[in-house]
Amino acid sequence: MQIEQIEILEFLKRHSPFQELPEETQVEVASQIEISYFKAGTPILTFDQPLDALYLIRSGAVETYRRNGELYNRLSEGGIFAEQGLLRSKKVRFPATALEDSLLYLIPATLFDELFDSHDVFADYVMVSDEERRKDKSQRQSDANELMISKVDALIGREPVTLTIDASARDAAIMMQNESVSSLLVLQPETQAEANRDGKINLMAGIITDRDIRNRLVAPGLAFDTPIGDIMTSELVTIQHHQFIFEAMLLMLRHNVHHLPVMKQGRPIGVIAISDIIRYESKNSLFVVSSIFRQHSVAELEALSQDVKACFVRMVNEDANSHMIGSAMAVIGRSFKQRLLELAEEQLGPPPVPYCFLALGSMAREEQLIVTDQDNALILHNDFDAKQHDAYFKQLAQFVCDGLAACGYTYCTGEIMATNPKWRQPLHVWQQYFRDWIDNPSPERLLHSSIFFDLAGVWGKLEWAEQLNKEMVKHASKSKRFLASMARNALQRTPPLGFFKDFVMENDGRQNNSLNIKRRGTAPLADLIRVHALASGCEQQNSFQRLKHIINVKLIPPGRAEDIRDALEVIAMTRIRHQAIALEAGEEPDNNVAPEHLSDFERRNLKEAFQVLSNAQKYLKFRYQGS
Amino acid sequence: MMHLGPKLAKPHPLTGDQPETNWPQRFSELAQQAKDPRLAQYYKAGMVSPDTPIKDVPLLAIDFETTGFNALQDGILSIGVVPMTLDRIYSNKARHWLLKPKFHLTESSVVIHGITHSDIAAAPDITTMLDELLHCMAGSVAVVHFRGIERPFLDATMQDRLGESIEFPVIDTMELEARLHRRKPPSLLDKLLGRQPVSIRLADSRRRYGLPDYSPHHAVTDALASAELLQAQVADRFSPNTPVSELWK
Repeated sequence: MQIEQIEILEFLKRHSPFQELPEETQVEVASQIEISYFKAGTPILTFDQPLDALYLIRSGAVETYRRNGELYNRLSEGGIFAEQGLLRSKKVRFPATALEDSLLYLIPATLFDELFDSHDVFADYVMVSDEERRKDKSQRQSDANELMISKVDALIGREPVTLTIDASARDAAIMMQNESVSSLLVLQPETQAEANRDGKINLMAGIITDRDIRNRLVAPGLAFDTPIGDIMTSELVTIQHHQFIFEAMLLMLRHNVHHLPVMKQGRPIGVIAISDIIRYESKNSLFVVSSIFRQHSVAELEALSQDVKACFVRMVNEDANSHMIGSAMAVIGRSFKQRLLELAEEQLGPPPVPYCFLALGSMAREEQLIVTDQDNALILHNDFDAKQHDAYFKQLAQFVCDGLAACGYTYCTGEIMATNPKWRQPLHVWQQYFRDWIDNPSPERLLHSSIFFDLAGVWGKLEWAEQLNKEMVKHASKSKRFLASMARNALQRTPPLGFFKDFVMENDGRQNNSLNIKRRGTAPLADLIRVHALASGCEQQNSFQRLKHIINVKLIPPGRAEDIRDALEVIAMTRIRHQAIALEAGEEPDNNVAPEHLSDFERRNLKEAFQVLSNAQKYLKFRYQGS
Repeated sequence: MMHLGPKLAKPHPLTGDQPETNWPQRFSELAQQAKDPRLAQYYKAGMVSPDTPIKDVPLLAIDFETTGFNALQDGILSIGVVPMTLDRIYSNKARHWLLKPKFHLTESSVVIHGITHSDIAAAPDITTMLDELLHCMAGSVAVVHFRGIERPFLDATMQDRLGESIEFPVIDTMELEARLHRRKPPSLLDKLLGRQPVSIRLADSRRRYGLPDYSPHHAVTDALASAELLQAQVADRFSPNTPVSELWK
């Protein structure tokens, strides 16, 4: 006979992966659990010890270690450990010690196997060391037309504005004016009373729009006090909140209406107008790009920066992956530069010698996000003569950099901008710069110049940028000393170990309140991918494309580049979501992620991704800096 | 059960405590004397010797929910037992019995246990499960929180139904807590300052060891709670090699 273990069951219901199991399975697990207490500091599991259970922390905290004694994880209430051992040899792989006085629930190995075999959620959680899930997410392409995949409720901005059927046409017009709406829902009077009582609106009599007032009141010459019941549309065309936007468009076309009440469980939750659909489309990145080229001044371009933010948030909400978002933002950034250069040439006249405007760093890699500074440079024609021509290019650079700053791309604190004479040079000087960096490398000299190894032409003689890149890659791939210096710099920023309670946990066990996800995640990943890319002679700039190249030429052992790709996606998406949430809340987006704002799922994924990064850094060290 | 043990300044013997702790010898004597075969069987299973290290002692956490505190007037409503060792608590082998008490339920005890008259109406008398209970207990040392309940109530029930007494050693987690926190009576200063003595109730004791809060008054949950508390107490200030004689009463 099984005893219902109420306390254990209640605990399981609060924690993954048990809370996702069906109730009868939870009861079964609760009834099979064994319990053990460990005082702080005492070992729980030692390496290679036979393992007969999965460990679930009921209270307290536990640390697990690698065989070499390095900290592997720190877990608190609800955390599980020993799953790796159970999945393989039924022997302990990661020894565990109680960090605090801990009460542990032990789930027998036989039951663990059973859960693993019959419940995918459980198996996913304990085994799919997040790789599969990460791939799932990053490979989900949303290349379908956005109107086809977005739901109507994304368009609803406010509660419906209503009035009763006995109101006059003038009342309606005044209300439309006060509320700045182009339509009103008309209710039966008694249902209005009803609505006040229980907060629900039940019966709609019809809808009245500004067009009705024009066509059915003003044109026929009716009195302003005509009841709206006489001029409203009573054959209502409505749409359900979960239908797609393209269905809303079809309905509007078919019935020749410009407004649709949106229904949820039989009551209207809002009204969408054809203008809402047009406005929604305007947050599309293509729309933003095309409007950039229609602006005629810096001030007009500046006004578009809100649209850029809206476009970023929208892409995040529509589950775009980091590559899609990064490229869209890069295309937008590039368009701003191009339009600014067009405007500059209009103002300053044609350039005295041809030039190429360069984007560097994240924009060149197409990994640009919303919080970004401008990194740019100018390649000038070899006939460039500073005395004769530089005044023009100085003004041109100033115009573009100031314009970019006005549009939200802050000045580069490291002065890597075309306004800096050092980075406004003829092609032959640039070629000399790269030769010098590559032939006489030192980590110190390269520390601030790694950004130049991600370069893309934006405007003018784009072929110069390509030429420079080609020569640089060819040269770089052959210089072991250069690669070693780059590798050393790529190891300067390391990821944290993971998370513990609401803290970021460092490898030495220290705990921090927040994490700079760029410095500790995306930047070191981009750095290490760049080293491999240069070593393999890859001419691509984008990290994902570089990884594809690294996989194709089999530069590093199979599987590793794929892991790095997945880790990059996880970390980049965390950063992107973090910024989108800030934007939506009307806050200034940044790169500082606080663990308390991450879900358990995100923490687990991030931890795994950091582990991949950490291993990849170790490999980089071994590969390029080995004796 | 209710954990409202008397606030003792000094530990003093309770009903069922034995002056000497040679329980194995006592059990073999009792095995000879017992008339009821179930009881004789229980004693025949024997008892560990006093010098056995606690890590090697089979244990059984027991909790009774009762209609009151007087073993001679009140009855047992339910019994929960959880087998354990110092290493592991086998909550998967826990047992729970609802019983028809010999004495009437009072309104106040219904409030405490949530066990109602209708629950009890269908419940069997303790005599129907006595052999199962004794079988569970056989060879193990009982673990309770406040030994003033389970042992006296079981003894009173045995006397009533079988006309025979029952004796066995218990490890009392409340008494282990009292050893730490009630070594000396409150000083005058304590009294003047109105210092409250440290609570040795089950829930308060558990919190001191970082054990989670459980909702009380379900016999199995309470037995489990005492079982976890014993593991924590031994981990805190005894050792796996502590002889059982230092712990039992």
